[in-house]
Amino acid sequence: MKQEIIPAATFFDRNFGVGSRDLDKVLATALGKKADYADLYFEYRRNEGVSLEEGLVKNCSQSTANGVGVRVLAESKTGYAHTDDITTENLELAARTAQYIAQDRRPELPVAVGKVKGEAHDLYPIKTSVTDIPLERKVTLLYEIDKYARGLDPRVKNVFVSLGSEYKVILVATSQGLVVGDIQPLTRLNVTCIAEEGGNRQVGSFGGGGRVEFGFFVDAKDYERYAREAVRQAILNLSAQAAPAGTMDVVLGPGWPGILLHEAIGHGLEGDFNRKKTSAFSDRIGQRVASELCTVVDDGTIPSRRGSMNVDDEGTPTGRNVLIEKGILKGYLQDRLNASLMKMPLTGNGRRESYAHIPMPRMTNTFMLAGESDPEDIIHSVKNGLYAVSFGGGQVDITSGKFVFSASEAYLIEDGKVTQPVKGATLIGNGPDVLTRVSMVGSDLKLDEGVGTCGKDGQSVPVGVGLPTIRIDGLTVGGTRA
Amino acid sequence: MERYELSQDLARDILARATAKGASQGDVVMVEGDSFFVTVRMGEVEKISQAGEKRLGLRLFFGNSSASASTSDISKESVERLVDDTAQMARATAQDPHSGLPPAETLARDLPDLELLDEEARGVSVEEKIQIAMTVEKSALEFDSRITNSEGGEFSNNFGRVIYASSHGFSGEYQGSTFGHSVAPVAKSNGSMQRDYWYSSNRKFARLESPKSVGEKAAQRVLRRLGASKVKTCEVPVIFDPEMAASLLRNLSSAISGYALYKGASFLVGKLGTQIASELVTVIDDGTIAGALGSRPFDGEGLPIKKKIIVEKGRLQSYLLDSYSGRKLGMESTGNASRSLGEPPGVAPANFFFAAGGNTPEDIIKTVKQGFYVTELIGFGVNLVTGDYSRGAAGLWIENGELTHPVEEVTIAGNLKEMFQNIEMVGNDLELRGRIAAPTIKISQMTVAGN
Repeated sequence: MKQEIIPAATFFDRNFGVGSRDLDKVLATALGKKADYADLYFEYRRNEGVSLEEGLVKNCSQSTANGVGVRVLAESKTGYAHTDDITTENLELAARTAQYIAQDRRPELPVAVGKVKGEAHDLYPIKTSVTDIPLERKVTLLYEIDKYARGLDPRVKNVFVSLGSEYKVILVATSQGLVVGDIQPLTRLNVTCIAEEGGNRQVGSFGGGGRVEFGFFVDAKDYERYAREAVRQAILNLSAQAAPAGTMDVVLGPGWPGILLHEAIGHGLEGDFNRKKTSAFSDRIGQRVASELCTVVDDGTIPSRRGSMNVDDEGTPTGRNVLIEKGILKGYLQDRLNASLMKMPLTGNGRRESYAHIPMPRMTNTFMLAGESDPEDIIHSVKNGLYAVSFGGGQVDITSGKFVFSASEAYLIEDGKVTQPVKGATLIGNGPDVLTRVSMVGSDLKLDEGVGTCGKDGQSVPVGVGLPTIRIDGLTVGGTRA
Repeated sequence: MERYELSQDLARDILARATAKGASQGDVVMVEGDSFFVTVRMGEVEKISQAGEKRLGLRLFFGNSSASASTSDISKESVERLVDDTAQMARATAQDPHSGLPPAETLARDLPDLELLDEEARGVSVEEKIQIAMTVEKSALEFDSRITNSEGGEFSNNFGRVIYASSHGFSGEYQGSTFGHSVAPVAKSNGSMQRDYWYSSNRKFARLESPKSVGEKAAQRVLRRLGASKVKTCEVPVIFDPEMAASLLRNLSSAISGYALYKGASFLVGKLGTQIASELVTVIDDGTIAGALGSRPFDGEGLPIKKKIIVEKGRLQSYLLDSYSGRKLGMESTGNASRSLGEPPGVAPANFFFAAGGNTPEDIIKTVKQGFYVTELIGFGVNLVTGDYSRGAAGLWIENGELTHPVEEVTIAGNLKEMFQNIEMVGNDLELRGRIAAPTIKISQMTVAGN
């Protein structure tokens, strides 16, 4: 990790003339006499997007942003100021603004803010960021994908391909003396196609990525698989029938359907909602919230994954945190503020969208560990139900616990066999209840391809999910066929 | 590094520099703003945030190929690099005969004053802002003893400035402000816990609704959800409250976006001039309303803003277009170009609303023997290519014309094509609370999935 700290710190010193003595001075201003804790978050970010439609790479775009956020904590209060003009004068000004929060604090209630333990990881040591690959190579790749996808089926009428890449350098400096940096690359390739037959038009979409190099997509021609999947899904949907409506047994396929865990469980276990006791999971640690077959973890340390980070956005090394073990609720996801107030350990889940945002407890890569059932047996065990293998987005109401996620590829199960494809339908359930209905867990754990983005309180961060094939007894399927 | 101040002069200088480098056309968008928010929770300040930002976006054309870039670093060196990078990227993109700026003669000439800025409100003190957030939360908490918790009360404001200049000689700018307060109370009773939310938002500080009434409304909204349960799967009439009816308009605006249409990615492809909704439906897009949240004096390409009837008595009369998507469809821009810095234009409505109908919400509810009054929708189950619609819903059950018990953990499903045709009543309760607004509407039948 040492090799990571130095480049990030040097980066901001060299580019913005903010050295370690300036950091100390600003942190002292921010902390003042009454605050419990202060930190600075420097960020430089370069994004590049290349996209293709109608057989043409029409758009290339790029954006560069840099800035710094100054945060002051006093009891449960947060003062925050940020600027995109990184100078020592602006840092001082921001520090005094953020200090405002600590003005009328009660000095008799000091809060012990958790200290970082352990070293940062080195999970994505890339040589060349995708943003530094010559544009021409990316343009050529997009044309190749377009040609390949169109060649797969004459019913493919349009193909959209986009390659988005990001190169982000961060530096966190805290009033506890921690200075830690990270360089976070992130890339995503997406293929969407529209298929048409007799006036019926359907869409299919597939993509992947992570904190990876360009070779991730091209070395083994993985992009061809993305195109095949997008085309297959669009063609399949041409023959999809209306989805059923009502409560039935549901089998979720492996991988991306892990979005179930993200919505049903993950958000409800974020520290902020639990400290405020506004989550359907509040005060439930030690209680059964899932069947014995379910062990769910959030792991920010898996190499190269989209949801992984060497350190979180507060400088805490990420970890592998068990949320549910054999059905029993074990722990919450924490940022520094909520861990301190709840007197719980830091978990490395303090994340933010950018320097313009206040950190919050967020997920990283959330998945269920593999079980022992053969995935085929799981399908055969259902007499009549739904088999859903791909999903669009999901959402949850943290307080009531109700969550939804929408299938983009699903089939009927009739007499233990997968039969007719059905149109996408939204599945709805209750977070604290749904995993208690998991009656079989497959041996085929798969992580998603690396396309997830999670939104909370107006902030978007990249995340991952994963799931083995599972059977849920009785889930409401929101089709049109009553 | 010395930073430039943002100005129309700077924008023109950048375009001149780009032209000297061989660009045939280009445009510059600049935004700067100050933002503030405070949240209070259970009567104490929880977060205060204050910030300023500046960004600059450039788009260049070299013949028929183009590229876009943006930066938050407004220094001489950075701006020079921006021009060079954009030029280099534009050379890597394809020749696209439909690309380019709108014709010079169509650009806005007289920029109307739409009263978008509340200059005086810059003087509102932090203490007063905190007080508003305190009051809106307190009003909700004190409304009923079952409201025992809160996700917080909030006050926020933004002051912004937008500058736009293009190589066709357009150069203009405007300033605007927005203010808002809101509260999210949590209520508990017999093991049921619910959260809801209400808000007020306006360009003028003094026109915000009273924090007390917003708090009370939030309290009423959360209380009526307590004790909610599922219902049996059925096909019934569904009434959308104004906030949820507005979500259908969001779906409509996406489906009539020129970009979705020329890509063949909308269920309304080729439907211009046809009956896409029941005769009761009239939809208007009007960016010229003084003081409204979605108003502006020119669009993201410098074109004048107009009032347009989008759907007239059910007939689709206009798409939402910028000049590129317009050319792709053989039409003129409708003045709906919207810009994200560093990206090519997109399309967005200005102030987009259902014209009010003749019935009170109570009258509409009275017509339903057995049905569902929807007050919340969650999830992303809308397929704009096919119109297929399936979303998580919560609300109140209607029996014999009366709202009875709360409902949750159900979905409502149908297809937008049929849903718009099946709008059989439109309420008289339209209020422009946001950029997209609707009155209460009734759809004759949808599938409700539950037990």
